[in-house]
Amino acid sequence: MIVFGISHMVGDPVAAYVSERTSEDQIKQVIRQRGLDQPLYVQYVIYLGDLLKGDWGLTRSMGDRPVTDVIREFFPATLELTMAALVMMLVIGIPLGILSATRKDKMVDHLSRIFALSGVSMPVFWLGLLLLLVFYYYFQILGLPNLPGSGRIDPFIYPPFKPITGLYLIDSILEGRLDVFLDVLAHLILPAFVLGYHGVALITRMMRSSMLEVLRQDYITLARSKGLSEKVVIYRHALKNAMIPTITVAGLAFGSLLTGSPLTETVFAWPGIGRWAAGAILTTDFSAITGFTIVAALVYVFANLIVDLVYAALDPRIRFQ
Amino acid sequence: MAKKQSSLAEDLQPRIREIRFSLHLLKQNPLVILGFAITALMMFTAVFAPWIAPYGAEERFWQANLQPPSWQHLFGTDEIGGDIFSRVVWATRVDLGLALLVVIGIEVTAVLVGSISGYLGGKVDEVLMRITDMLLAFPGLILAMAVAAALGRNLTNLAIALMIVGWPGDARLIRGVILGERSKLYVEAARSVGAGRPRIIFLHVLPNAIYPLLVSATLDLGGTILAFAGLSFLGFGAGSGAAEWGYMISLGRNYLYASPWVATFPGLAIFFTVMGFNLVGDGLRDVLDPRLRR
Repeated sequence: MIVFGISHMVGDPVAAYVSERTSEDQIKQVIRQRGLDQPLYVQYVIYLGDLLKGDWGLTRSMGDRPVTDVIREFFPATLELTMAALVMMLVIGIPLGILSATRKDKMVDHLSRIFALSGVSMPVFWLGLLLLLVFYYYFQILGLPNLPGSGRIDPFIYPPFKPITGLYLIDSILEGRLDVFLDVLAHLILPAFVLGYHGVALITRMMRSSMLEVLRQDYITLARSKGLSEKVVIYRHALKNAMIPTITVAGLAFGSLLTGSPLTETVFAWPGIGRWAAGAILTTDFSAITGFTIVAALVYVFANLIVDLVYAALDPRIRFQ
Repeated sequence: MAKKQSSLAEDLQPRIREIRFSLHLLKQNPLVILGFAITALMMFTAVFAPWIAPYGAEERFWQANLQPPSWQHLFGTDEIGGDIFSRVVWATRVDLGLALLVVIGIEVTAVLVGSISGYLGGKVDEVLMRITDMLLAFPGLILAMAVAAALGRNLTNLAIALMIVGWPGDARLIRGVILGERSKLYVEAARSVGAGRPRIIFLHVLPNAIYPLLVSATLDLGGTILAFAGLSFLGFGAGSGAAEWGYMISLGRNYLYASPWVATFPGLAIFFTVMGFNLVGDGLRDVLDPRLRR
């Protein structure tokens, strides 16, 4: 409904099927065919029916290919990038948050806050460009092993690589190609960091405050008074409880990663749905935007489901309910 | 009369003490001070741009294009010989001005919708909240791009697009505060002495939402500058030749390896400005939110 409303509010739905060469008659025919001369609520029913049938329209920016086809081709690239960004976010954010909480108001705390705040303050695309400049260009000039500048995989890799699922990291393992795995990994590092850096701040802040909250509780005092080492207290006793709010935020951040993908994918020429959507909008290709939005919404719902499952794994009280 | 005044002063005592304590806490946080300093510097730059920038925003040195930073051109020159330092300085007006305008628009809409929705409740609340749900469910950047593309690509439409994307979250925040306050005794007291709805909402209930609103407005300023830069990087917003940070970066992208300064300096300007707002917003939140104060 959201997508339907917005595509009708901000653009002419007929435009999706019309180019400069379309004649008046053809336009009328399209209008009749797609039911665009019907009242809005009838149109909405037709639209919903089409969506359920898997007819998401044609995307003009991809030479009138069906939207579902394009998504099937590009989505794995975005999914792989987003997953990598999520891993990057958790791997950097959680330890940083713990460090911040256990050394509250010390130098480390301030530094980690500045590092995290930089993530929310930096334009994603600019960070991408700077990292390209350093790790791709300057490393190359200095003769250091540099990271690749664009795309998902070296196009000249030999023997040629035939993906199965479209998630190259998994495919390369399935086919036993270590060279491909390493190449894909190298391609992933920069874009994943750029996309995930924004979320690091969220994770760090949440981890810090929930850790501080947990460390104040009685059972932690008890654990300490039993003479357990600080390491055991934090990692065995406090961590799991402090993780619960962090996981919620991570789930939410996963949804927002997809929203950030158009910029990151544009900078790194990453062949995913984000770059497609960004390009599509410049040509007011609304079926493409619809497609992107539906995928984003589905991913969001799915991420929430996973968050609930992780809760259950972390907290027995939730599991037994 | 004198008696009444003294009782008013007594009434205000706790509030004044509260504000003093908040200020005291703020002063102890070095990061907040840094944030205030950065934002003040940027505001100063925007206001006094004509005196700070050595050259005009559109001034060109055709013989000296893509020059590296030097004493003559502090940040170097771009591909058509524009002095990047001057253009970055001039751009503070565009970027900060637009962000300020957008955030004012966002907060006014949010306050109106949030307070009406929260105070009236019922069907009105239901309808307004479904609208915010609708907008929140849509990926923000994509929605802004769609609106900007549909309206036509220029700065005004970009500002409208950013406002449309920005208000629902804050409206939710205001509604939450109002919902919490609505059933309190003082509201009932105001109603019992015959105060009308607008008076109760705006004079009695809304002041309780000022602190969260202040924090979110500060953070929104940073977010809006980032979103604006991102959109104009992708080709929305300011047209060719404009002195605007995001657009300058997108031009610099073409000369990234040979002349990295073209993209670097406008990006640094965005980074510092947004960092300033975030530091202030974060600090304010820590101080004004009693749960984080400890």
